[in-house]
Amino acid sequence: MSSIAQTPKLLNIRGLDITYGTGTEAVSATRNINLELAAGEIVALVGESGSGKSTLSKAIIGLLPEVARIGGGRIELAGEDLLQYTEKQLQALRGRRIGMVPQDPGASLDPVKTIESQVAEVFRLHPQGAKRSKKQLRTEVIRLLNLVGIDRPEQRLTQYPHELSGGLKQRVLIAIAFALEPDLLIADEPTSALDVTVQQTILEVFTRLAREMGTAVIFVTHDLAVATDIADRIVVMQHGRIKEDRPVREILQNPHDPYTRMLLTEAAPTEGTADDSLATASELIPAIEVLGLHKVYGNGKTEHTAVDSVSFAVRPGTTFSLVGESGSGKSTTARIIMRLLDPTAGTVKIHGTDITTVRGAAKRELWRSLQLVYQNPDSALDPRYSVSRIISEPLENYKVGSKSERKTRVSELLDAVNLPSRLAELGSKELSGGQRQRVAIARALALGAKTLVLDEALSALDVLTQAQILTLLEDLQITQGLSYLFISHDLHVVERFSHDVGVMHQGRLVETGSAAQVFENPTSQYTQQLLDSNPGTLLRELALS
Amino acid sequence: MSIKLDEPLELVQSPETIIVPETPVAEESQTARTKPSALKSPTLWLTCAPLIMILGWALFPTFFTGFDPISGVPAQKFQGPGAEHWFGTDHLGRDVFARVVHGTSQTLLTAGLAVTIGLVVGTGLGLLAATAGRAADAVTMRLIDVLLAVPGFLISLIIVTAFAPGPISLGVGVGIASIASFARVVRSEVLRVRSLDYVEAAFMNGGTYWSVVFNHILPNSCGPVLALLAVDLGVAILAISGLGFLGFGSPPPTPEWGLLIAEGRQYLASAWWLTTLPGVVIVAVVILLAGLGRQLHKIFRF
Amino acid sequence: MAAYIAKRIGQALLVIWLAYTLVFLAVQLLPNDPVTIFLSADAAADPATIAAMKAQYGYDQPLLTQYFNQLIGLFQGDFGYSLASGQPVSERIGAVVGSTLVLASSSFITAVLFAVLLVAAATLARQSWLKRLIVNLPPLFAAIPVFWLGLVLLQVLSIQLGVMSLFPDGSFAAIGVPVLVLAIHVSAPIAQVLLKSVDNVNAQPFVDVLRAKGASPSWIFFRHTLKNAAAPAMTISGITVGTLLAGSVITETVFARSGLGQVVLQAVTAQDVALVQGLVLLTATAFVVVNLVVDLLYPLLDPRILKSGTHGAPRALAA
Repeated sequence: MSSIAQTPKLLNIRGLDITYGTGTEAVSATRNINLELAAGEIVALVGESGSGKSTLSKAIIGLLPEVARIGGGRIELAGEDLLQYTEKQLQALRGRRIGMVPQDPGASLDPVKTIESQVAEVFRLHPQGAKRSKKQLRTEVIRLLNLVGIDRPEQRLTQYPHELSGGLKQRVLIAIAFALEPDLLIADEPTSALDVTVQQTILEVFTRLAREMGTAVIFVTHDLAVATDIADRIVVMQHGRIKEDRPVREILQNPHDPYTRMLLTEAAPTEGTADDSLATASELIPAIEVLGLHKVYGNGKTEHTAVDSVSFAVRPGTTFSLVGESGSGKSTTARIIMRLLDPTAGTVKIHGTDITTVRGAAKRELWRSLQLVYQNPDSALDPRYSVSRIISEPLENYKVGSKSERKTRVSELLDAVNLPSRLAELGSKELSGGQRQRVAIARALALGAKTLVLDEALSALDVLTQAQILTLLEDLQITQGLSYLFISHDLHVVERFSHDVGVMHQGRLVETGSAAQVFENPTSQYTQQLLDSNPGTLLRELALS
Repeated sequence: MSIKLDEPLELVQSPETIIVPETPVAEESQTARTKPSALKSPTLWLTCAPLIMILGWALFPTFFTGFDPISGVPAQKFQGPGAEHWFGTDHLGRDVFARVVHGTSQTLLTAGLAVTIGLVVGTGLGLLAATAGRAADAVTMRLIDVLLAVPGFLISLIIVTAFAPGPISLGVGVGIASIASFARVVRSEVLRVRSLDYVEAAFMNGGTYWSVVFNHILPNSCGPVLALLAVDLGVAILAISGLGFLGFGSPPPTPEWGLLIAEGRQYLASAWWLTTLPGVVIVAVVILLAGLGRQLHKIFRF
Repeated sequence: MAAYIAKRIGQALLVIWLAYTLVFLAVQLLPNDPVTIFLSADAAADPATIAAMKAQYGYDQPLLTQYFNQLIGLFQGDFGYSLASGQPVSERIGAVVGSTLVLASSSFITAVLFAVLLVAAATLARQSWLKRLIVNLPPLFAAIPVFWLGLVLLQVLSIQLGVMSLFPDGSFAAIGVPVLVLAIHVSAPIAQVLLKSVDNVNAQPFVDVLRAKGASPSWIFFRHTLKNAAAPAMTISGITVGTLLAGSVITETVFARSGLGQVVLQAVTAQDVALVQGLVLLTATAFVVVNLVVDLLYPLLDPRILKSGTHGAPRALAA
């Protein structure tokens, strides 16, 4: 604490109020924000969507959307109030003294310009001193690309963004951000769009450069585990206010604010809470059994094996998680099981019945006992339908019960997913993400399905909402004896939620076993790598001590 | 353990720290609020009111003007716009406003015929392309390319040449020309909606092909089609008045908007109102229809 | 690249062939053959004259023979004969097309420049009222009938102000005003599509990154947005070939210019189906060629097009 107080402040935000819209429509985004940053300090800004963390970070770099109004306060960079700056002055500042690393590397580079021109652009925009020749610029670009660990930088110069992987694009963006050695860098969820193994290497590059150049960083994230791994200090935001602002270790060991405490509880490593009393029932017929599943796309030169000899079984009443990074084939496997895709080879049995090739009426019958919950609750519900109509749709389609019986069933289901009955007549557009996901679960259960495939069903939700839906799913599993096939990339959730785990990599199932076994004694090298990349080292360390 | 949504963590936390993490964020609640009120939007009514009046001209012209559109009062020829003759009078002393009002039905009927042809055939082709497999899609899309390659203007000309000039030939010609745009919009909308999760979910919830098409795909893809309908009606009016101006529509003395302007052309030097004022009506109607299209698009966008 | 070009040329030939076939079928579906239609107004035409004329232009041959003869002719640049004058369609059109081409191409270039200027002004305008005003211009332009705008301008410029003559006299105004009238009409769809496309591009995260680099709005617009947003606007520009032709015919009529407009009007008045058929095929060919050029330009704008090979992606954007 004392060392921070002595160093001169780089950034000093006082009483910052930002609202969106005007008049009666105005919505407050941040309220009375006070935040200080010393030179070279790395601060993580943690909060859920709508907490105001992105608004705050955009305000600092002067890139608020037009509807935003700054109601009051100051943003001082090295003693000068940036809110008093003209647009021209801000332009001279951005890129040179304040840089930014964006959230989605996939869309953050101009798709029609070469890598070289995009990195060199920052020098052209800020020609400090003598104008550099093309050759000098090229040398500089190559130096930067080397700095962020891009192999064969000379070859990359003439490439376009679509020829680079997500991780490489983010490295290019980091190179751009650090090009002029800024005093302050805003990183807005820079790794949330990346796979966990890539995330780790990117974070390493990023923090190394920041430390080397003495750049102060505001690292915006929803992921407390990531925040604790890289930051000196953590600032927790909720509803536009700063809830807690303290050094990492202090906040971890002794969180003051109840909201911080909740976030920490969710982020902390948990022993698998899944009750495994059903393990003895292994002689029972599996809810889902997959044998030697193959899926090949294309033919000839374009042939690509998405799923490669995958076999596993989901024991009834338990949760089996398929973990893997994007492109590992886990979603393809799920869609084959749902009969939404035909496998190239292999069999799928649901409750002992081979359904690999069922179609027509038999397929419809299959869906009475096997249902899917989607990742994105926004697109999973027809925006024109009311909640009750969505839930009763399967009942009507299968002609289950009379009108009044269906109505009773709908309220039962709403009750089962803990939604108040007053929501029944609302349109699905009027619900929040978590509420929509509950409606989707209610719909999946409407016909009495005993097995659910949850395809990244939590990853579009905020941390605390995730926790609530997770609890709901666990409750339903116990009360209704449900079996889950849980598709996820999130190791933290998987560890908490599953009985059994299968790890997928490049279409193959590289490891299967009980959750405890896989997480504690992984046998495959890839699983080990995956676990090592899992953020939250400090959290685990402290939890052990 | 039981959980209630609105107080999700009450059991573990003290009351004043209850958080409602599922509270919609600012943007979300705003869209929720604006949706139902879109129908009450004043802009929508400011657009619709004059269009309804124009529709009135077509249906009950005598209610809007007391003058005869065909036979004039020669003594009153070439009177400028004024309190009695709003749009002035022509070389035969006919009230120009009356001719515009009485011409509305002719123009609207022809444009309506054109848009109906475009809508029906275009929607059919678009649906076919989007739902009947890749081969059907490829063939339909090439067909649409051909329709685009032959300007609508020339399609109308072929028909006018082969049959007699007249409103039906014009309507059919302009209608054929508008098939392509309807087919493309329907196709891309259906493809977009079809790929959404809730459509797949509807199948998994026991929906049949046709029940899903009628309950989910069509209602959710109709917005842009409705919008195009309004815009295309304007485009058709423009095309028809252009062809009418060239003399391919109804023969004189029928009052038709394009023809009115063509007739006034001979008196360009002496009576500016004969060409200018009917043109203003056309511009206004087309702009209003385009505006209506934009607003329909907004209202029905999901 | 070679595969891409070959594919596009193949598609272009396919469309020309389909257009030819459809027009041929449409002519067969008419209640009468072109000669009968042409002579229907002529009371003196007896069956013998009709038969002789049919033989002269090959309409007495079996349908398939007619179909293939005309198709082969088409690829040799033979678009058939005018029944009214007996001249080849290509000759009839060739004699007047120069003046129309000058009008259409100057209008097209003016329209594109105008559209880009308009969109640049709308994007870079600081005042929101100015922005709103500019954004509303293209819909207004799209709603103005070409013939009416021409007449109003004639009325004001030549009758009220006397700065131009009612008939073409070789002065700058005599060509400038028609070009302006047609350009305003043609620029509307281009500007509308470009505006929408620029908005879409500006909403993308890479624009935020550019701003964070310290780029000014005009730097972003001219060096990044425009190139990213160009494809849909180019597509619509290609499609305006039809609008240009119709607009030229009408503009020529209003300003009493000679050109394709006269031929078109005479063909229709004389019920010369063969001449109209030739005109349609010629226009379709011109349309396909222009759009082929547009297709071949896409990869220069967007390197992703060659990679993905997604068929007609930019065209889908414009829809």
